[in-house]
Order: sequence, then structure tokens, then C-alpha cells
Amino acid sequence: MTRMSYLGAIGAAQREAMEADERVVIIGEDVEANVYGTTGGKSRSDKGDFLQMYGPNRIRNTPISEEVIVGSAIGAAMTGLRPIVDLSYSSFLYMAMDQFVNQAAKNRYMFGGQASIPVVFRSAMFYGLNTGAHHSDRPYPMFMNVPGLKIMVPASPADAKGLLRTAVDMDDPVLTFEACTLWGLKEEVPDEEYKIPFGVARTVREGSDVTLVAISSAVPEAVKAAEALADDGISVEVIDPRTLVPLDIETVIRSVQRTGRLVIADPAHKTCGAAAEISALVAEEAFESLRAPIVRAVTPNTQIPFSPSLEKQLYPNRASIADAVRRVAGELITAPDDLAGIDDDPAHQAPR
Amino acid sequence: MSLPPDVLLEMQRRMLRIRYFDERASLMVKRGHIPGTVHTSIGQEAQVVGATMALGEHDYMSGNHRSHGHPIGKGSPLGPLMAELVGKADGVCGGKGGSLHLADFNVGSLGESGIIGSSIPIATGAALSSKVLGNGRVALAFFGDGAANQGSLYESMNIAGVWKLPVIFLCENNQYALSTPAHTVTSGVIADRAAGFGMPGVRVENGQEVLSVYDAVSTAVERARRGEGPSLVEVVTYRYNEHSEGLRLSVDYRNAEEKALWRSRDPILLFRTWLVENGVASEDDLDKMDAEVREEVEESVRFTDASPFPEPSRAFADLYTEPFGPTHSEHGRGAGLDNPIGHPTTGAVR
Repeated sequence: MTRMSYLGAIGAAQREAMEADERVVIIGEDVEANVYGTTGGKSRSDKGDFLQMYGPNRIRNTPISEEVIVGSAIGAAMTGLRPIVDLSYSSFLYMAMDQFVNQAAKNRYMFGGQASIPVVFRSAMFYGLNTGAHHSDRPYPMFMNVPGLKIMVPASPADAKGLLRTAVDMDDPVLTFEACTLWGLKEEVPDEEYKIPFGVARTVREGSDVTLVAISSAVPEAVKAAEALADDGISVEVIDPRTLVPLDIETVIRSVQRTGRLVIADPAHKTCGAAAEISALVAEEAFESLRAPIVRAVTPNTQIPFSPSLEKQLYPNRASIADAVRRVAGELITAPDDLAGIDDDPAHQAPR
Repeated sequence: MSLPPDVLLEMQRRMLRIRYFDERASLMVKRGHIPGTVHTSIGQEAQVVGATMALGEHDYMSGNHRSHGHPIGKGSPLGPLMAELVGKADGVCGGKGGSLHLADFNVGSLGESGIIGSSIPIATGAALSSKVLGNGRVALAFFGDGAANQGSLYESMNIAGVWKLPVIFLCENNQYALSTPAHTVTSGVIADRAAGFGMPGVRVENGQEVLSVYDAVSTAVERARRGEGPSLVEVVTYRYNEHSEGLRLSVDYRNAEEKALWRSRDPILLFRTWLVENGVASEDDLDKMDAEVREEVEESVRFTDASPFPEPSRAFADLYTEPFGPTHSEHGRGAGLDNPIGHPTTGAVR
């Protein structure tokens, strides 16, 4: 075991994949210089430097041309390579939307299974870092709406390494959305190669009163909320789906069947988000188990403002998640004898 | 460039295949046997065959909405192509693609694309594969005068130029969009744009002459195969039919004189005359070839008629390479999803 950061774990998975299979190549903007810390060591002369280790044939800087970066990776995947594409900011994916939707997602299907498309598209979600509206997206729900793509949203270093290893070995296109707020997160990560299957959720914390599904950077916030609620006598089960396509809804349903209550914390926008989909599936398939309405702790349907004082309030955090849990667990909370002094002004509530 | 007689005759045979296949398809659209519509390559046969026959058996190509000629030109058998147009189970894509999305990976056809300019990066990526793997294959991207004004072309030309990828950008300039004359929406000469990317750009003015096209594309293929990088080849040609079958426009955007002029330079008749004049074949030989190809097309229709429509469950197959995810789907995981064309079966999930 080695104590690794989230970014370090991604770098380790990429190195493993490059070692394991010569058909794996890494292309993207600024990958040769290891700008984001996932393609090398501390300097060009460091023995961990990918360009030195694997050469310019397999590590390729691209022009700033997202459409052809994505499209050529698809074409290369259809003809024998297994590219890992570093698109840096997730907001840049929109530049290549035609290639994602009309080529990556459809080519296997519409050609009757003749194509397999083993390619991984990595991008980082910089939200919460005062980067302004053009660099703060959480776009995974848009891609959940495109059958043919697989989507992973790792929330821990160990998951980031194990899921990315699996993704590179898959024969289908995978989009991985990495949360920048998690980049520095560190934990013990196994040194040996391991692969985490897609479609298998992780129960981060067990509990019996409320099921709390959390996605990406909402996971550590959900855990903090659960710890605080434990002090109030509310037992919260935190589940991280880890992959959104495929989605392990069965683990969520089994939990809801025990707890009868569901809160979903998702940093994407509320409308048609991952939380909306999970809500609908649970309502369809476990309605009889629900003892309270489902509540979503998500980002309201507004764009992301620059000013820290405006941005910070928008994403689900430990306080807004705990509030959401209290709403569904209302009957479990003993009301104080004296209701005076409780602030119930809607303007002071966390945004939902 | 002198070519052996069998190659010259194969060029004529493939042009005839495209002509008669598309004439038959057009008729089937009119009779309602083909659902939707098709875009024919009639009139553009020399441009297609001159390009595809300059490629090797293992080379790649990607195409566009005017899609039937490319796989036929690359040597794909007609039966599964025709069955695909009708949406039959034995179609080359199992009935999932249709006219717009023909693909035959057995002949290096990586797929026709219904989005203008969208498949150019795919061929560019196939060329990247060839370069990284060192397998000596080249890739050719077919696109029209319309796609010449899409950014995807220039992103592709740039990356192919800096990486010296073995790719040929082949512009099929049939001079019109659906009705808009290309010159009214295109600044300058398309072939000249190659200079901006440091690659050769040639314009084949006599794109109805199959050997002219073949020579220009062969030069580009040889350059690519030598590792010297990409080329742009613009071929001037003409489509006889409307943009798509069944389309009737109230405005005559192409006058009768122009149409007659181009028909007088028919690629199949031009090459037939050349073959006879150069002693490659007699009129009788060519009449016989004509009859053979007509019969081949009729056989493709019989193949189509004999093929069943796909099982409804096939709508959920081939989305992914493996079944995955929860099994709550009403269609069930893997249940009854037999795959008649031998590819891994995949259940759609939700």
C-alpha cells in the first residue's frame, strides 16, 4: 500500500495501462510536459517521465482541436489502438459533442456490432474553484443521456485507480469525470494492479435510518454530514455509485428497502441530472418502501458565477446535505420543547 | 501509369456495380421497398472507383451520406449492402444502419456518416493507428464540397500534417449542396486550402475520367505509404439525380444544358470507349460484363428478399460489447438477443 493522492492514483493507473498493453497511447493537450501530474515524474529527466519511458509515438501532445482529438481517438480505437484522451477541463467536451454523440456512442450500434471502440476520455471538473462559468461544469448528466457511452465518477484515490484500469481494458468508450476538489485527497492505495468493475456501487458508510447516495465530490461531504447526523441520533448509509453508466441501482434499492428514506447529493444541475434519474428509478421500483419523499441535494439550475461569495453556496455541501437528510428523517428528530428561536425563514435555507 | 488489363476491367465493373445498384435502389425507393430515402452516386462513379481502387485491400476509408458507392468501390459484396438498405437481418449492419450508415469492416470500410464532415476525424484516427502500430496501412476520408466548409476537416488536416499521418482527404466536389451551388458558399478553391497546412493539394478537373482520379489518388497514397504525410485531392464531378431520391424541387437550380453537358461526359461511357480504343476489351466483352453486373444486382435483390427482418430484440443489441448493469430492464439482460452476424451480443440497459 502507498499513500496516494487522487491525481497520483490516476497517474499510477495510466502507467500500469501503458506497461500492460503497447496499444495504449495517451493523447491530449500538454500531456508531454505532465502539466496535470498524471503522465510523469517531477521533471523530464525523472525516471517516471512518460515521454522518456514510452516515447513520442505513444505520448502525444495535440493541437487545441477537441473535435479531431476526440474523433481521431475514436477512429484509432476502431482500428487497433486503445487511446486514453486527456481533455483537461470537462467544459471542453462540448467542442467535440458531435464526435461523442454521433461517432463514439453510435458507431458500434449502427454498424451492427462491427466496431468496438476501446477509448477513455478523461476530463476534470474544476467547479468550486472560482474558475468562472466556462471552466466550472459538471457535464456527466448530458452524457448519461447518450446510450453507448459508459461513465465513471470516481470519488476516492483507490477508486480512481481501479476504475481507470478497468476503463482502459474495456472495449467500449468510457468518459471519466474527475473532480478537481478531490485532486489532493490522499489515502492508502494498493500498489499491485487491481480492477474495479463498472456497475458496482461502494457502500462508504453503513446506516439504518436514511440512504444517502452521493456522487463525485459530494461523497466526502456526505460522509461528513453522516458523521454529524450520527451525533443527532440519525444513522445514515452513504452509497457512492462510482459509475453512472452502468448504474448499480440495485444496491440503492436494497438500502432504501431497509431505510425507507432517500437523499441524493449530486453536484450537477438539478434538471435531468444523475439525482433525477436515481430518484425516478427508486420511485418506480421501490415506491412501497419509501416512508418520506425523496430529496435531492443538488446544484440549482443557474450558471456558475465567479465570485467566491456567489459560487460556494451553490453546490451540495455537508450542511445542505445534512439539512436534506433531516427533512426526510423528520419523524426521527425530537422537536425541541420551545419552537421559538428556530430560523424557518426560507431565505436562510440552503439552496435546493 | 499503365495498369494491367484485369485492373482496368475491374474499374469498369465496379463503376457498373455502383450505377446499376443505385438505379435499382432508386426504383425500390419509388416502389416503397426501401423505407426512407437514399442518396445515389450515379454520375460520380469514376470519382469513387478511381479513389477506392487506388487503395489496397487492407487500407481504411470513411464516407458520407452519399454512401453506397464507397463500399461497392472498395469491393464489398452487393447482397448485404442491398439488404441493409431495406433493413433486413442479413444487411451488412444487421439492419441497424441503413443507407446512411453502411460499413463493411471486411474491406476496410469504417462507416458512412450522416453528419457532414463528421467522419473525417475517424479516418484521421485510423491513420494514427497505422502510424503508431507501423502496419503500413493508409486511410482515405471521403467528403463532399459541403464538408469542405466544416471545421472538422481543418482540425483533421492540421493534426494529420503535424503528425505526418498516412491519410488522404478526398473531396468529392459534385458542385452542389441540396440545391445551393458550392461556389456561392465556398471561398476560393478547395484544393488550394492544402497549402495552408503544408501538404499537397491537387484538383482533378476531369473527375469523370476514372484513370485521372486513380492517378491523382495513387500519388497521394504512395506519398502516405512512404511516411511523407497527408494530401488533399479535390475531384470535380457531378450527380445526375437529385440530392436524395424522391426529392422534388420547384426551383430548377441546375439548367438542362448543364445537365446534358455532364451526361455527355458519362464516366462509364467514357471509360468503355477508352477500353475498346486501347484494345483492353471488345464491345462484346463489355456487353457481357454489363449483363453480368445487372444479374449481380438482381441477385442482391433476391438475397434481400430472402432475408427476414431482424427480431425486435435486435434493437437492444450492439450498444456495448458486453452485457452490463442492472437487470430491471423490461427487455432482460441478454434474453433472446441472438446475433446473426456473429458479434458479441449486448443487452441494452434502461
